[in-house]
Amino acid sequence: MELGPRKIIEIGQFYITETVVLLWIISGILILFTFFATRKMQKVPRGLQAAAEWIVEFIYNFVEQTMGRNNLRFAPYVGTLLSVLVVGNLLALFGFRPISANVNTTFALATITFFLIHYNAVKSRGALGYVKHLAEPNALMLPINLISELAFPVSLAFRLFGNITGGAIIMSLLYGGLASLSAKLTGSVPIFMIGIPLPFNFFFDIFEGILQAYVFTTLSMVFISNGIGHEEKASH
Amino acid sequence: MSGISSEAFVLGLSAIGAALAMFGVMGVAIGQGITAGKAVEGIARQPEAQGDIFRTMVVGMAISETTGIFCFIVAIVLLFANPLIRLL
Repeated sequence: MELGPRKIIEIGQFYITETVVLLWIISGILILFTFFATRKMQKVPRGLQAAAEWIVEFIYNFVEQTMGRNNLRFAPYVGTLLSVLVVGNLLALFGFRPISANVNTTFALATITFFLIHYNAVKSRGALGYVKHLAEPNALMLPINLISELAFPVSLAFRLFGNITGGAIIMSLLYGGLASLSAKLTGSVPIFMIGIPLPFNFFFDIFEGILQAYVFTTLSMVFISNGIGHEEKASH
Repeated sequence: MSGISSEAFVLGLSAIGAALAMFGVMGVAIGQGITAGKAVEGIARQPEAQGDIFRTMVVGMAISETTGIFCFIVAIVLLFANPLIRLL
């Protein structure tokens, strides 16, 4: 049964779980990909450089669609978020525990988004405008708006965590059930695990992984741009 | 009738609580079914917008699934990482 990620290295009180090791692997994959895609760049891209250019253009279009043209400076953060979440959830296809199945990972990413939202809101509206934005229709709404602002990163983290962990639990139950079934039938040949887990893997790992990464990123972008507000007030 | 040990009592009621917590997903299922129905109506009215309608429906469903996931997390925490045992 799933009880949390396994601890791989334990040094007294300090331990490193498999999620951290997997995040190192993902960072290595992304760094190697960008390193090999930007060597000897040519004007007409071919190969890895074309793939990298497609990804960058996709992310910039995505950010422009959701946040508007003058918020393109958030595109690196959005691209990193999307890449880490998509690669991390797709690595579950290889049998690893997906990184978002650890509540610490999703809370860390939601905390980064939370700080981005409020830092940019204060920077673009000023301290007084930020407090006025929290008391938006009426000053009585101030506690309600505060609670809703605090509840947003919690819901963001739990949405991603719950979906991916639910998928991981169902997959482990499925594999355990199929393994015991084929052990009863043949002994040591895992005959039932050949084709049956495929549609479940497709739904829980590929579809849910990519969809939840997309929803996390979209909600982060929408709330950051809401916090910044509309720029027509600040024109001079 | 002999008494139940307090640990067995807490564990038993946690199991019942975990099962009751999953009743909350009824609302999520009904809401997502209504969303899918409205999306199909929209596509029937204007088949060219199928891609946009489908993407919006998927995002809307993923967001409204959050409350169902909250119920699931309560059930999982009660079953696997029960905090009430440590308070005994």
